[in-house]
Amino acid sequence: MGTRRDFLKGVLASGAAATAGAVAVPAAARETRSRPPEALGLLYDGTLCVGCKACVAACKEANNNPAEFSTVDHLWDTPLDTSGYTFNLIKMYRNGTMDAKDQETNGYAFMKTSCMHCADPSCVSACPVSAMTKDPETGVVGYNPDKCIGCRYCVAACPFGIPKYQYDSPTGRIGKCELCRHRHKDGHYSACAEVCPTGATLFGRTEDLLAEAKRRIAMKPGELNRFPRGRLRPAQEKMLQGQPDGKGERKRKGWRHEPDQSYETPAGKYLQHVYGEKEYGGTQVLKLSGVNFEKLGMPNLPPDAAAAMSETIQHNLYGNLIMPFAVLGAMTWVAKRNVKPEDESSDKEGS
Amino acid sequence: MANHQHAAPAPVGGSLVNIVTLSCGVLIALMAAILMVRFLFGLGAVTALNDGYPWGIWIAVDVVIGSAFACGGFSVAMLVYIFNKGEYHPLVRPALLASLFGYTLAGAGVMFDLGRWWNVWNMFWPGSINPNSVMFEVAVCISLYIVVMWIEFSPVVMEQFGKRDMKKKVSKAMFFIIALGTVLPMMHQSSLGTLLVVMGGQVHPLWQTPALPLLYLLSAIFMGYAVVLFESCLTSTAYRRKIETQMLTPMAKIMLGILAVFIVVRLGDVIVRGALPKAFVPSVEALMFWLEMACFIAPLILIGAEANRRNPAKLFLAGVLLMLGGALMRLSGFLIGYETGGDFNYFPTLAEVLVTAGMFAAEVLGYIIITRRFPVLPREEAIH
Ligand code: SF4
Ligand code: SF4
Ligand code: SF4
Repeated sequence: MGTRRDFLKGVLASGAAATAGAVAVPAAARETRSRPPEALGLLYDGTLCVGCKACVAACKEANNNPAEFSTVDHLWDTPLDTSGYTFNLIKMYRNGTMDAKDQETNGYAFMKTSCMHCADPSCVSACPVSAMTKDPETGVVGYNPDKCIGCRYCVAACPFGIPKYQYDSPTGRIGKCELCRHRHKDGHYSACAEVCPTGATLFGRTEDLLAEAKRRIAMKPGELNRFPRGRLRPAQEKMLQGQPDGKGERKRKGWRHEPDQSYETPAGKYLQHVYGEKEYGGTQVLKLSGVNFEKLGMPNLPPDAAAAMSETIQHNLYGNLIMPFAVLGAMTWVAKRNVKPEDESSDKEGS
Repeated sequence: MANHQHAAPAPVGGSLVNIVTLSCGVLIALMAAILMVRFLFGLGAVTALNDGYPWGIWIAVDVVIGSAFACGGFSVAMLVYIFNKGEYHPLVRPALLASLFGYTLAGAGVMFDLGRWWNVWNMFWPGSINPNSVMFEVAVCISLYIVVMWIEFSPVVMEQFGKRDMKKKVSKAMFFIIALGTVLPMMHQSSLGTLLVVMGGQVHPLWQTPALPLLYLLSAIFMGYAVVLFESCLTSTAYRRKIETQMLTPMAKIMLGILAVFIVVRLGDVIVRGALPKAFVPSVEALMFWLEMACFIAPLILIGAEANRRNPAKLFLAGVLLMLGGALMRLSGFLIGYETGGDFNYFPTLAEVLVTAGMFAAEVLGYIIITRRFPVLPREEAIH
């Protein structure tokens, strides 16, 4: 009897539990993360790029990836987009008569597509089994196929459309740039930067690369300036100092020796925007361009990462399972009072 | 509770071979053949999936929508055991059974979609799990819930095989199982919405909001009741039994109450975030939004009046509309309103549709076999 009263009790109990849960877990927002201090990355300067695609070929070789064809004769590796087998691609923007480089109307421009190694990566937040991880020291976002379940949540989550799955294989993997982390232990850095003839793709600590990017956008267009190639020197010096803590072989060993490859050339006409400095809390790969980034396929992203919002919701609701247990407690209490008579009556009916 | 005089559940009986079960069998066989190709040659061999649309209907329909359709068990159990509305007790078993099948198959469906399914144990391996991942939470809750539902349902099997002692033992712990059976779906149904949050601006502003968990939870609850309306009307017609309007009418009222709250939250959220103007630009997304809204608002008009709630045809229609509305909201969030940039397109292949159809056929077949052979539906003289 007293159904209505019990009903109210049920409502009150579950309401109280929900409130208790909400109070016990203060609504703390998870801030967008920033890059680790020793973060490694690339600086891609579209004004220096000549579209030779040496970096695309080098990436294929370094990652043991097969050629992909888009022409009838199947003569050259001609991928149209990054894929499970192509982690780095130079895409071309063209408009009208294509008179001049780095010009939005009647011009053309180049843009590199590869993983941005986000400070607060969506792919890492999304991955249920920690197959996508961010190295706490270098910040490189790596992939582990032995853990990956192939759910493709990372593919859906990445704002740059970077992780790609191999749909043509029964044992398909996710493919994406890992900044050539497998070559670091031999003193090699990212293959794309190693081979780039113009220094358009440059390797280094993101902090140094950011300083270099700022130096470039301050240049007067057309003025003769010196541009480094391969990797930025400060990175080398830091690495070669060797860390006494002995953490990580790469750090002690440093990068392979390389002669200074810098050269002089007139500065391009830069947009006053270092892409990746602030987007989604920053990325470790930075980009410079003469043409609007969105036109080149780089999305316009807010300074707060979606991963931070997702994890804020997740942890406020389920942090330490306080809320679920509070609700479960209330539900158990109510159910214990309500379930018993049912079973007795059904037993009676059954006999 | 004893004042509610319910007929005890009993098997419906009758033949298991008829046109419905045979069609289900054919669909299931087709599904099996397609899945064989999928596992031998990869996802690309049978699906239209691509890197712009890494999730197709196997996720959006079979799992996200399918599991919401399977919320009848949870919605009714809440009513009966938590809010102590004993008068709805006869609805518990059939609803639970439908949920059991819905979820078990959604769980199986995920396995078809996983590209590296042999690694799935990592989902439960302490060294691998990622508690920050919304998908991790969804997967664990759904897996647990499937187990919980089988335990909830086990007395039915024990009754049938006369294992009365065993049933008594299970009954002692049942209150806890039932409580778990309400908390787990609340957790993962809300999180199915949260899955979209990390996708950020790739999901259209009409469906991307921090309110997603609340929207998905509320809609899962009223969809649960809607499915019960749908199923009750359908089973009554198919087995030629009396329609249980005395239970369905008041339950529909509760459903409308939750629906009203949901509509306020849904519209309020769109307005507060300033996304409403997007509903007025001529686009597929805007059209989908209004279709969805129409499905939510129509039932309020259709069965808003008590007299209309006694009309089985109207109850059935309202149930179908709400199932459709909830399904549209999910489909729009996961597929239609998802845009990753670049020129990617996705439209399911026939093979994908057949697998989805095969999954639903497996549910229907299972439901028929069990209701005909096990004590699920209230005892009644069926006309056969
Ligand atoms: S190697 Fe350098 S110049 Fe050549 S396409 Fe790549 S980034 Fe551009
Ligand atoms: S660009 Fe995409 S894949 Fe790379 S770290 Fe960021 S979210 Fe992950
Ligand atoms: S596809 Fe693999 S790497 Fe990507 S989220 Fe799923 S398990 Fe993680």
